[in-house]
Amino acid sequence: MYRSQKLALKYLTAAITLFGIMTVAGLMSAYYYINPDFLFGILHFNIAKILHIDTMIIWLLMGFMGAIYWFLPEEFGRELVGIKLAEILFYVFFGAVVVVAVVFIVVQYGNSDETALWFINQGRKYVEAPRWAAIGVVVVMAVFAYNVIGTAYVTGKVSGITAVLMVDLVPLLVLYLDAFPAISNMSADLFWWWWLVHLWVEATWEVLIGCIMAWSLMQLLGTSRRIVETWLYIEVALVLGTGILGLGHHYFWIGAPSYWLTIGGLFSAFEPLPLLGMVVHAVYDAGTHHMKTTNRPAFYWLMAEAFGNFLGGGVWGFMMTLPQVNLYAHGTQWTVSHGHFAFWGAYACGVLSVIYLVIQKLRSLTQVDGALWKWSFAALNLGLVGMVGALLVSGFAQAFIERAIGGSTHDAFIAGQSSPWFVEGMVTRFIFGLMFAAGYVALVWDLLTIGKRAPVLATAGAAE
Amino acid sequence: MHVDDPAFWRAGAISTVSIMSVVLVMLTIDSLAAISPGGSNVPLYTVINQHIDYKFDDKRGNDMPVIRGAEPLFGKAVDAAAAEALIDKGKMVIQSRSCIDCHTFFGNGAYYAPDLTKAWLDPAWETWKIITGTKTREDAMVKFLMHPDKYRIWTRAMPNLDITQQEAEALVAYLKWMSAVDTNGFPANFGRMQQKQ
Repeated sequence: MYRSQKLALKYLTAAITLFGIMTVAGLMSAYYYINPDFLFGILHFNIAKILHIDTMIIWLLMGFMGAIYWFLPEEFGRELVGIKLAEILFYVFFGAVVVVAVVFIVVQYGNSDETALWFINQGRKYVEAPRWAAIGVVVVMAVFAYNVIGTAYVTGKVSGITAVLMVDLVPLLVLYLDAFPAISNMSADLFWWWWLVHLWVEATWEVLIGCIMAWSLMQLLGTSRRIVETWLYIEVALVLGTGILGLGHHYFWIGAPSYWLTIGGLFSAFEPLPLLGMVVHAVYDAGTHHMKTTNRPAFYWLMAEAFGNFLGGGVWGFMMTLPQVNLYAHGTQWTVSHGHFAFWGAYACGVLSVIYLVIQKLRSLTQVDGALWKWSFAALNLGLVGMVGALLVSGFAQAFIERAIGGSTHDAFIAGQSSPWFVEGMVTRFIFGLMFAAGYVALVWDLLTIGKRAPVLATAGAAE
Repeated sequence: MHVDDPAFWRAGAISTVSIMSVVLVMLTIDSLAAISPGGSNVPLYTVINQHIDYKFDDKRGNDMPVIRGAEPLFGKAVDAAAAEALIDKGKMVIQSRSCIDCHTFFGNGAYYAPDLTKAWLDPAWETWKIITGTKTREDAMVKFLMHPDKYRIWTRAMPNLDITQQEAEALVAYLKWMSAVDTNGFPANFGRMQQKQ
């Protein structure tokens, strides 16, 4: 095993650990809605929410890095350049995440000066990490880019997938530099902030996971490189072709010119197209292989990725993206429903699929299957879909009562949040959140023990 | 090049991304002018010296800020430099206290607490004037922001975030300036229900 693959195992282990912290923080955030006095005066909603969304970003990023560190040495046929530096930085990265989390929980906030932004909390959604930690992320990403691009340069081997990956790493790094400024003008601040959030999540991350899924398909189903590379180019053209100007759907109400209503509405309406293409391709692949594979959990998580991305990112996004609807749906639990479904479908399922592929190789299993992964798969997906459905009901109630009828005042907000539809949605979301958490526990247990519990599955004769 | 050739799709991807990126850069340059203070959509910071309202505009077909007449904040007009200092401080308070992780600004943020886009214009301050024993909206806002736990009116309450008098005044200035940003009609129907009642 290459050293970079050992590093991949560390990144994937850290990712799964942070996935657990994200789940606990998510349950806490959900519980505040049911019992607002929960930890009042000790740990407020905003801190639980920051932990929830920031650990989500970090576990997915670590999952992507783990997947790429796993596949890349096989792609290049050699150890990655600068692997020693990458190994050191893993510990620095993980240590920094722990320190930032402890500061969030213990210190929580500072005075209104630059010191608070440098050492406690930057107070910008998704990029709350203090500046010193954000610099650390830039360093880690720069070394990651050096590992990839440096190895390609040394070997002179640049496949279609690695070429796309290398090009994608540039905006991934450059856009993150927007995590630092504190622009006083909220309109300008949010304008640039969306460059970071949208163009990371709906552009560079989509391409990143596209590269990872391309390698996964080749390994899992033996799909030819020619086919996966063709699909990757089509995906890049469609995702970025629609997503770059689809950025405009975030500019409807931040003070930007009104032409963004037309441009953002039109291009974001096209954004589901590449995701639909992925579903078509996934179904086609599944059909040609008669749903047979040597790694059923990886295969099913791959399918969940295609369908979840299309439904959560595409359909749920389209539902609220037209300005006529977004005027009322914007900034409600409707958005939360879309966010949960999209992140899960687009990224989390893909990372989980890769982890099962890695385990197959790591434990030399000719067949990966069993009962426990099915329980975790069912509980995680049903839990997630249940949360998404409940949040959507709450979001509808909020959009109608607070936004459309009440006009978004303080009293209208309370009226919306007190509506039985909203309240029951929040309770239901919490219950499905518990199901999701149970799925996480089953997942971790399965990852730790699969292939060890039933040695018969590891025999060559068990292969289909 | 044939459609079966990956190079065909690679060329398509490169050209599509290039064209869209150029268009985005051009639109960004135009938008930045509109959203700079004093641009077509975002007022100068000295707007805090004026009366601000939010009315439905028949021609545009949506709500928009209406700025007219003098109404200095805390009864004292400030010059451009002082207004900018207040807005800078207000934004620092918002970031240092992670307000956006409970509230939304222009609908962006977290959804646990009310949207603050037009908070300056919220009819609820009339209630808080009575609760806090103050005579003006801005004084009620300052008192509430400094001691939100004392003036709790609902089950979900804002915690005390150790906001000082100076910070609270800057925050009020920020919210007043923000209410004058033209947000293409978001939020719709703001405060109209209370007007009818």
